[in-house]
Amino acid sequence: MAYFLLRRTIGFVLTLLTVSVVVFAVMNVLPGDPALTILGLEASDDAINALRVKLGLNEPVFTRYINWVLNALNGDFGESHSFGVPVSGLILERISMTVSLAVFGMLLTIVIALSLGVGAAANHRKFGDWGVMFFSQLGIAVPAFWLSILLVILFAVKLRWLPPGGFPGWGDPLLAIKSLILPTIALALVQSAVLARVTRSSALEVMRLDYIRTAKASGFSRKRILWRHVLPNALVPIVTIVGMQFAAVVTGTIVIENVFYLPGLGRLIFQSIANRDLPTVQALVMMFAVIVVTANFIVDLLYSVIDPRLRERN
Amino acid sequence: MKKLPTNLLIGGILVFVVLITAALSLIRTPHDHALMNISEKFHQPNNIYLLGTDQLGRDILSQLMAASRNSMAVALIAVLLGGSIGTLLGLLASTIGGWIEELVMRFADIGFAFPALLFAIMLAAVFGPSLTNAILAIAFINIPIFARIARASANQIWNLDFVTASKAAGMGRVTITFSHILPNILAPIIVQATIEFAVAILAEAALSYLGLGAQPPAPSWGRMLSEAQTLLYLAPQLAIYPGLCIVIAVLGFGLLGDGLRDITDPRLSRIRQ
Repeated sequence: MAYFLLRRTIGFVLTLLTVSVVVFAVMNVLPGDPALTILGLEASDDAINALRVKLGLNEPVFTRYINWVLNALNGDFGESHSFGVPVSGLILERISMTVSLAVFGMLLTIVIALSLGVGAAANHRKFGDWGVMFFSQLGIAVPAFWLSILLVILFAVKLRWLPPGGFPGWGDPLLAIKSLILPTIALALVQSAVLARVTRSSALEVMRLDYIRTAKASGFSRKRILWRHVLPNALVPIVTIVGMQFAAVVTGTIVIENVFYLPGLGRLIFQSIANRDLPTVQALVMMFAVIVVTANFIVDLLYSVIDPRLRERN
Repeated sequence: MKKLPTNLLIGGILVFVVLITAALSLIRTPHDHALMNISEKFHQPNNIYLLGTDQLGRDILSQLMAASRNSMAVALIAVLLGGSIGTLLGLLASTIGGWIEELVMRFADIGFAFPALLFAIMLAAVFGPSLTNAILAIAFINIPIFARIARASANQIWNLDFVTASKAAGMGRVTITFSHILPNILAPIIVQATIEFAVAILAEAALSYLGLGAQPPAPSWGRMLSEAQTLLYLAPQLAIYPGLCIVIAVLGFGLLGDGLRDITDPRLSRIRQ
């Protein structure tokens, strides 16, 4: 187990390092002068030189990379060019928005997907099963941003139950939650389509096994068999997809925040692109990539907790 | 004759409709898709404008048709580019083996850390948003996917008897790769390409919606939706048609890919049932 953990952790750190090199390379080494990108073609040479000094662009690339990584590890992502404040401050102000959206979205995804998936498996080849399969096929093809727009048309424009977008802050918790309902549903419905399908096929596999037949013969209730005997043993593929989907949900928040004008990190990225604020974009892209890599790493570790056999194989 | 799988049939029909529409738009659209005519704005569907007009008096149907052609072109270029680079890398890994194989596969792992959106964001920040950057970003995420599939399928073929026979007959590894391995891994590659085509259509729509893809006046389903979103209280119908087009195209290629996989790999279809 210790060897397994060590191997995976070293792999994880190496992946993070390489990802940071890729992000740094794309943002800094590709042809083009970041100072020129930020200030625009009409900027004076003096202004460009001053910014080059400020951004440390006159140092060798390698030094700049090391500095960026070391500072980032200390929570210093440099200064935002357009806001004139430290990037870390901008992130701290907005991260609660993005995290709540991602966490609510993921929870709702799991609840919807597990109920639908197990329900479909229990009604295999019956009407409910076809309904779930149809939902999941459709869910994969519907873009989250279009679903969001449809939800806004229905619940904000026609029925006027919920706000069409924006976020009033947590000062008024009821209003805050109301404005998060549509974004969370939009995020979760699309993701749960994939997960429901995986849950269904994984549950079906388990339901064929002998011990389930034994459990049925022993007279356990259907509900108990499904949730206590089938689901726990169907979890390995489900956890894989949940891990992959956590990454998708986190990047999905970038899109959803822009659809609903929510002041989170996803909005910040797009404001920074529009403002040519490269240090902020670089920090945020790196952050999202770190979340994706970490999610994959955790899934890897979870496997061995859920299914100890996988540990032996490595 | 064996009955065709339902998903293949439905997918095939949808894909056929989308491709015909895209091809037709090359020859003729009912109106000029970019022609603005403010006095004709917000028409409901009628005999002249079959699906009505938008806020600038442009014909919706013509815009949707022109956008379908762009969407297909973007998906085709991105999947061809990313797919061929990925397949070649996978073949390279499988042919040479050893540390080269390890290196290629570790790089593929890292590629998975970047969703297309993040890559497009980086490119847009450095070079400004454009359709070319969107295509590059979508192509990029396809590289690791195809590298993995090509390598895994190729490694299976390398273990077959007829390849061993070719080796015994003195054929070089590179010759074997192109004359025996590549033709035999084409089926899974094509299946994957069909599925990734659907993913690419979805990605292009999302990137264009966010302003990182097609720039005005280039017609795009995603961009039409972002324009329609500002008019939801005034003309909600404008936000319906482009979304439906995306769903039809994505569903079509997705089902077609699933169907092709069921045919080429019967083991999977049994499990999936």
